[in-house]
Amino acid sequence: MKNRLKVLRAERNWSQADLAEKLEVSRQSVNAIETGKYDPSLPLAFRIADVFELPIEDIFQRGD
Amino acid sequence: MVARMTPEHRRYTRAVMLLMGGYVATLVGVNLFFKNSAPTGLGAYAAALLPALPVIGVFVAIGRLLTSLRDEYQRYLMTRQILIATGFTLSVATAWGFVESFGLLPHVPAFYATVLWFAGLGFGGCVNALLERRGGGE
Repeated sequence: MKNRLKVLRAERNWSQADLAEKLEVSRQSVNAIETGKYDPSLPLAFRIADVFELPIEDIFQRGD
Repeated sequence: MVARMTPEHRRYTRAVMLLMGGYVATLVGVNLFFKNSAPTGLGAYAAALLPALPVIGVFVAIGRLLTSLRDEYQRYLMTRQILIATGFTLSVATAWGFVESFGLLPHVPAFYATVLWFAGLGFGGCVNALLERRGGGE
């Protein structure tokens, strides 16, 4: 699964730590999702969508 | 397991320290008891079992830590670490058992499986750290 987390974060000038705090997860988790090492669960993906105020499909796309 | 100490990890560390204190106390106590009074019957079994209880408590604490982690990625890492430890222990125990059954290795007490499992946890932690480093980050 591909994602636009890094780009969306950069647009808002958020660090990984900032996003981690908003999502109430570790910075390590944000990094793992961003680098494609870990695909988040559906509830976490929805939380990410809520934080960015975007539909989930604008953040996550099918792919390797 | 993780870089940052969460409240769940603090609770786990406290529990493990208490249990390890209990383990040392029961081990020393039971050894002295067997040395001085040579117990028999059910009492002997109950006493001999005592040092195992705090160790079993550590497994419970590990299970509680795993289920209490709110961060799903941390849970994933810990699950992988436990799977590596379990696979490592079962592999070594199975291999040892077969070689031992042909009289090529000495018999080893079963509680050494726990020692192996904790060594496997350490190995699992190294695998996690290695895979983390490969991914990069900010």
